[in-house]
Amino acid sequence: MTNAPHRFTLVQRLLHWLMAACILAMLFIGVGMVSTVAPKYLPLILIHKTLGVTLLGLVLIRVALRLYYGAPPLPDDLPSVMKFGARLSHQLLYGFMIIMPLLGLGMLWAASYPVVLYGGIRIPALLPQSDGVHTLLWNAHVYLGFAFFALVLLHLAAGLFHALVRRDGVFGTISLVRVRNGTTAAK
Amino acid sequence: MNLPGKLPRSSLGSLVLIAAILSGGAAAFAYTAGWLSPGRLTPERMIEALTPAGSVPLGHRRNHAKGICFTGTFEANGRGVELSRAKVFVQGRYPALGRFNLGTTNPNAVDASARVRGLGLQITTADGEIWRMAMINPPFFAVSTPQAFHDLLIASGKKDPDAMKAFTQANPEFGHFAAWAKTAPWTGSYAEEPYNGLNSFLFTDAKGGDHAVRWSLLPAAQPVSISQAELEKRGPDYLEQEIAERVRTAGPLRWTMVTTVADPGDQTEDPSKAWPETRRKVEVGTLVVQRIEPERDGPCRDINFDPTVLPQGIRVSDDPFPAARSSVYRKSYDLRAAEAKDYPRTGAAKP
Repeated sequence: MTNAPHRFTLVQRLLHWLMAACILAMLFIGVGMVSTVAPKYLPLILIHKTLGVTLLGLVLIRVALRLYYGAPPLPDDLPSVMKFGARLSHQLLYGFMIIMPLLGLGMLWAASYPVVLYGGIRIPALLPQSDGVHTLLWNAHVYLGFAFFALVLLHLAAGLFHALVRRDGVFGTISLVRVRNGTTAAK
Repeated sequence: MNLPGKLPRSSLGSLVLIAAILSGGAAAFAYTAGWLSPGRLTPERMIEALTPAGSVPLGHRRNHAKGICFTGTFEANGRGVELSRAKVFVQGRYPALGRFNLGTTNPNAVDASARVRGLGLQITTADGEIWRMAMINPPFFAVSTPQAFHDLLIASGKKDPDAMKAFTQANPEFGHFAAWAKTAPWTGSYAEEPYNGLNSFLFTDAKGGDHAVRWSLLPAAQPVSISQAELEKRGPDYLEQEIAERVRTAGPLRWTMVTTVADPGDQTEDPSKAWPETRRKVEVGTLVVQRIEPERDGPCRDINFDPTVLPQGIRVSDDPFPAARSSVYRKSYDLRAAEAKDYPRTGAAKP
């Protein structure tokens, strides 16, 4: 097995790490901002909205790249249950990345809040005010947010497991620095 | 060198490292969410302090719970342009909607039991930019900080008569408010009240210059003072009946929006301290109230009068209240939206 064709393209890897940092920030900002009445509430919610809409744009690009370039194959010796888990968790991660910003926008629209991003950019409302829709979307945004964080932790654990324990080259497919050999950790 | 397929000894260390990273991440998340900090002033705790024991006002705002909707127009005279580039100050007429309300957590409160009256307002410009605010009739706020407001709610909810004494000692500014509450005349109409923004905001003019301001709506109607006892005699919902009747018979009601500009060096962080009367005042327009509608099916019901919904050209200052109000109002809205079935719309009256 050679490594060169078995890595994600550079743009995919860059996008992965950029979005990883942003999504982690979003999850922490999300739980932080709703639990404070301090002045930082306002900048936090502004960042959360702006970054959320940005991430929605980025994930669409990312899905397009993924469909176009595909993904490197998983190692042959990976147990099939782990292969299944890997595929499922990645599909779920993409699902969260797409649905979370939409739920966030939807719950604001359904509450008649104007959506104004950093720099005064305004996102027009695509839903009318509705108590029921707001409540549904708000609950979904909150509880799926917790599920998203749990999945991000699981994804992190799996990535570290590949990198540090199995050392099977899977981490090298997404890492920004080159992992020299599939069976050894980078030195 | 490790052989593939076998777990080397160092793997144990790696597994411990992975577990440590995950636990650290989860702990940081829990800390950020406030789960490890029971002392943090969260919107939930503020709402809890606002909620009367045993009588949650399901489906209603958690404060200023009793109110009635209005619609009308904001007529900008153009003089605000020198202070802020917000389009709402360009001479013209802009649709407005709002809500007269009482400073009470009880949606069925007797009018004469509520010392503070308020007005929530939303003005929309032609391009869809929205400005929301919520004002009250006292000339300054009761306390200096959101934490003090929370403490006030807790102290005033206690049976212990010393609780309020201790609170006032710790927050002497409350003494001024208590004096206002005791001595300021009551009126028999929402139309005769001034509504003061109290919080300081920053206006940015076209050249980029910032101006710290507060604003008020001053009534065109002449205030006629009546005693609290007389108001009580007129009935529990007199104010709502009176304002509807007044608009129906006398036509539109007007308030002048007056912006007070801080001098350099004036503090902007404490709404319990009014600026000197000598500060420059700029009349920027007139609120015209044209139609009154009950809240249950009215246009104000769905609006959270969050004072941080601001157009370009207006932003918050170092006054900590707008952020706190935004956070708590959001929570209040989330709650009442989820409880809408407990305050059902009649459906028939949707205009």
